[in-house]
Amino acid sequence: MNDIVIKVENLGKKYIIGHQVERGGYTALRDVLMQNARTLWNKTKDLARGKPIIQGDTMEEVWALKDVSFEIHRGEAVGIIGRNGAGKSTLLKILSRITEPTTGRVTIKGRVASLLEVGTGFHPELSGRENIYLNGTILGMTRVEIKQKFDEIVAFAEIEKFLDTPVKRYSSGMYIRLAFAVAAHLEPEILVVDEVLAVGDAQFQKKCLGKMGEVAKGGRTVLFVSHNMAAISTLCEKAFLFTNGYLNKSGTTAQVVSVYLQAGSLKNGEIVWTGGIGDDFIRLYSVRILNCSNSVSTSFFSHEEFFIEFDHVREKSSDSIRMGFQLLASDGVVVLTSEDGDCDDLKYRKRGRYRTRVSMPANFLNNGTYYLTIGAHIPMQRIIFLEKECLSFVVERTGGVGGHVDDGRRGLIRPLLKWYDER
Amino acid sequence: MTDSSSTHPQEPVLIIEPGRTEKNYWADLWRYRELFVILAWRDISVRYKQTIIGILWAIIRPLLTMVVFTVIFGRIAKLPSEGSSPYALMVFAAMLPWSLFSNALSESSNSLISNANLIGKVYFPRLIIPAATMVTAFIDFLISFIILIGMMVYYQFTPGWHMLLLPFFILLALLASLGPGLWITALNVKYRDFRYIIPFVVQFGLYVSPVGFSSKIVPEQWRLLYSLNPMVGVIDGFRWCILGGNSPIYMPGFLLSLAIIAFFLWLGVSRFRKMEKTFADLI
Repeated sequence: MNDIVIKVENLGKKYIIGHQVERGGYTALRDVLMQNARTLWNKTKDLARGKPIIQGDTMEEVWALKDVSFEIHRGEAVGIIGRNGAGKSTLLKILSRITEPTTGRVTIKGRVASLLEVGTGFHPELSGRENIYLNGTILGMTRVEIKQKFDEIVAFAEIEKFLDTPVKRYSSGMYIRLAFAVAAHLEPEILVVDEVLAVGDAQFQKKCLGKMGEVAKGGRTVLFVSHNMAAISTLCEKAFLFTNGYLNKSGTTAQVVSVYLQAGSLKNGEIVWTGGIGDDFIRLYSVRILNCSNSVSTSFFSHEEFFIEFDHVREKSSDSIRMGFQLLASDGVVVLTSEDGDCDDLKYRKRGRYRTRVSMPANFLNNGTYYLTIGAHIPMQRIIFLEKECLSFVVERTGGVGGHVDDGRRGLIRPLLKWYDER
Repeated sequence: MTDSSSTHPQEPVLIIEPGRTEKNYWADLWRYRELFVILAWRDISVRYKQTIIGILWAIIRPLLTMVVFTVIFGRIAKLPSEGSSPYALMVFAAMLPWSLFSNALSESSNSLISNANLIGKVYFPRLIIPAATMVTAFIDFLISFIILIGMMVYYQFTPGWHMLLLPFFILLALLASLGPGLWITALNVKYRDFRYIIPFVVQFGLYVSPVGFSSKIVPEQWRLLYSLNPMVGVIDGFRWCILGGNSPIYMPGFLLSLAIIAFFLWLGVSRFRKMEKTFADLI
């Protein structure tokens, strides 16, 4: 039972991304024409040689995945976690043969079915019945298999009445239920699943998780990507943590999840860039989260005010640069976006060194883990820098509105609203 | 083979490496035949959804073109027909392979782009997608074949034994469109320019191919050169089958057309397979 079904050696995937070079000042029509002629000529050369064409003037190599090696044994359920852009989806795409690796080698024993999306290939004009066959075949089931499981699929999706209605008339909930029902009845030796549980209502998600658990307990090998740590912890005994394309940590789920959460919470109350990031308009040197007694912290009570503080240098006087942040909940949902130019007296900045604070009000966020993405841009023109999810903090359950209740309050925010009697 | 879903003692071992072309690509294609069938079936059943006259479109389009061509070339320009066969019948015998070819070509060359969502999310031999569109074009062909039978009855024209060879030429017309179709659909993934070229090529091709007139009116010394157009061979073949002895095949030209079709098929398949691996990254 302990044999290796997936063996990955030094796997790497490189993407080439094109950038548009900005041209400052005035450009003459002649220059534009020359530039276009040159690009056209280069593209024709590439076309003739069969090389891929890159949009833009300069190219940059990006390794979405680098030097990744691991082994997975038969019957294991492995969770794959990491921030957005850490290489999880690229790995799944390589394993399911959708895209080719740039380096390395993968050896897989057994049939793989991958579920990178629910409802792949659904056609809106076709009925539910027809789409079950279509989608099932696309996912790799044979017609006989689908026929055998047809009733089961329909029952799981709870769409008996609408079997012969075109799916374009379905509600989005029905659509997702049907799509997942088909996928849930795949029976390959190796199942690769990407974040599909992020869809549907809570009750259906529970049902899906149950079904996935069944699959894993049935002795099949499951690879499961999710941001939902609770789901990973219940389903998988082993986990891999990816950071920036590298396999950062592998081990038991409990170990890996705690490393992931720590990396996300404890260390990142403050970031300092020696030399700063940015360009000759603005350079950011550090960002930190401060509690109401002015010390760096990553854990706050909902009923306390706290601050985000930026140390930055404006190299030129300007009224067009905006610096701000995005606040993300732990499942990646953007809670809000805010920038300094929202306040009129911070629109224009003279040259000089600044320490800018933004205050997050008390009685605002619900408990949970939050991430901050920091950036600066010139609106409608370009992004100067963008640091994705570089800081994180936790809002504690206790304290604040509903903080005394064990289950807490439901909702993204936990505000103290004004209630009063009219009469 | 590996069709059973239970654990097999002899499991297939899959190796993924850069630049590795699967040794069993063609066997894989066979394993995915059900997908081929279902994609073809999807295209057919969706094709005339939300239209009023539905499948009649497959009859009306070639019929109207035939009428126009007969009037312009046969009545107004007074071009000769082949032997004693009626002009309209001669035109329609060419309309059939031409619309088969042009439908198959335009559908297959857009096929990868219109199935972009599948390509980015599931693995299967990509060749299946353009190949499945051939079936749709073939079904349209079968429907318009009914008109031919109707016309034969009307003109009281009895086909000879040549008719039995028609399936060979139907296959030839499909292969003639598959080659360029594969090449163009692969290029289309990277350069969307090609999606604008195809309608033009199809329109243009209708006039440079002997659809509205007989290829016999092309001067003898140019006929070999004219046969560089692969559809010349296919159309001549169709006329030979349908009109029988009235329309003998010009052999050197026909062989040249065959060679061109084979060349394009080879080119299409080899280009397609070379680019196939990068489709998901580019689409």
